[in-house]
Amino acid sequence: MADSAARPIRVLVAKPGLDGHDRGAKVMARAFRDAGFEVIYTGLFQTPEMIAAAAAQEDVDVVGLSILSGAHLALFPPIMAALREAGREEALVVAGGTIPKADIPAVTELGIAAVFGPGTRLADAVDFIRANAPTRQDEP
Amino acid sequence: MSLSARVLDGDRRALARLLTHVENDDELGRIALDRLYHHSGTAHLIGITGPPGAGKSTLVNELIRAYRAHGNRIAVIAIDPSSPLTGGATLGDRIRMTGWHSDPDVFIRSMASRRYGGGLAAQTLALAHVFDAAGFDPIVMETVGTGQDEVAIADLALTTILVQAPGLGDSVQTLKAGALEIGDLFVVTKADRAESATLARDLQRLKTLRQGDPPAWDPPVLKTSATRQEGIEDIFAAIQRHSDWLIESGERERRQRRIAAAEIAAFVQAEVLRRADVNRRQSHVVNLIEDVAARKATPHWAAQRLLETPAFREDSC
Repeated sequence: MADSAARPIRVLVAKPGLDGHDRGAKVMARAFRDAGFEVIYTGLFQTPEMIAAAAAQEDVDVVGLSILSGAHLALFPPIMAALREAGREEALVVAGGTIPKADIPAVTELGIAAVFGPGTRLADAVDFIRANAPTRQDEP
Repeated sequence: MSLSARVLDGDRRALARLLTHVENDDELGRIALDRLYHHSGTAHLIGITGPPGAGKSTLVNELIRAYRAHGNRIAVIAIDPSSPLTGGATLGDRIRMTGWHSDPDVFIRSMASRRYGGGLAAQTLALAHVFDAAGFDPIVMETVGTGQDEVAIADLALTTILVQAPGLGDSVQTLKAGALEIGDLFVVTKADRAESATLARDLQRLKTLRQGDPPAWDPPVLKTSATRQEGIEDIFAAIQRHSDWLIESGERERRQRRIAAAEIAAFVQAEVLRRADVNRRQSHVVNLIEDVAARKATPHWAAQRLLETPAFREDSC
């Protein structure tokens, strides 16, 4: 049975690791809200387990990871593993922040669908999520 | 195995998924809720309301700590407002509720109001039924930050906690009708601030002005400071006292009936609104709207004609 088309897309915006810079995450959260999404913002200093627990309990369609600490290659693998562990492998995961171009192949290799670096148009991130948020099926 | 069976089996992933269907009020959600409803009815339902920034979510976090220390499985439904313009929402209550991610007996779910009004979301109680059937007790429902008049939470909760923060006005505010009348408990937050004593005293005085017989339940006024980790045990004990009183006095059954009546009424209202909306483009309804706008008919008269329309009554829409 498919979900109704009118239901809002639910997005978790998470700040993993020891990185206190959340301006970008808040700007994205605001853009998603203005696009009609329901955005759950986790706040700062989230461990992979905290992000996975929030993604699971909130049953979000999309997880957005914002990271400016340079630790993306250290943090993204355990986050993806924790999401799988929590049964959320079908969620669309996107990332933003200061991720060097050279690292993007390694990031996408992990299953992260898109990287929105500095200078991304907000509308592009919104459109990408609208186009790629998973359609989910359940047995009654 | 169906989602509802998996929920009864303790599957948290299925629970999260089912909450989405119930929140969306889709067919799968309705089927599952019909199966689960008779498994609910035992949990204590705690409503928490108060102005934005008063400390509701922080208080909920302290309540989670207290209930976990007593071995309860606790669920939280935290509601934040949806945009009237875009329908989007920023749900930020769980920022205050941290440290429970590895505890399987704590489940926190954020909910957008989806323009329902009254500080609630339409499916608030439906989500509570699912948590109840899944074995969570208590279930805490935190409203949108409210003002003076959002009292609907008292129709959904067995114990309503009104949270008030110091510094939002003088003692005249405590004389006003509305939200201040629905609290089974008053909690004054930020007790580390000097003005909190004045607010607690004003709320206490409010009760001494009451006329007639002393009430069967006298709502306590309690102070708490999350930064100092003070007062939460007293609040926990007061909720227990209130819960015991509800049972002993027979008030619990009365409130359960009130909750059931409010829930039925809400479904009827939603269905009437849906039918009115579906009918809006039909020619006779368009004519009614024209007549009312042109002052040839009154809104009340037109509403009566609409309710009498066969199409409206027979759900052919």
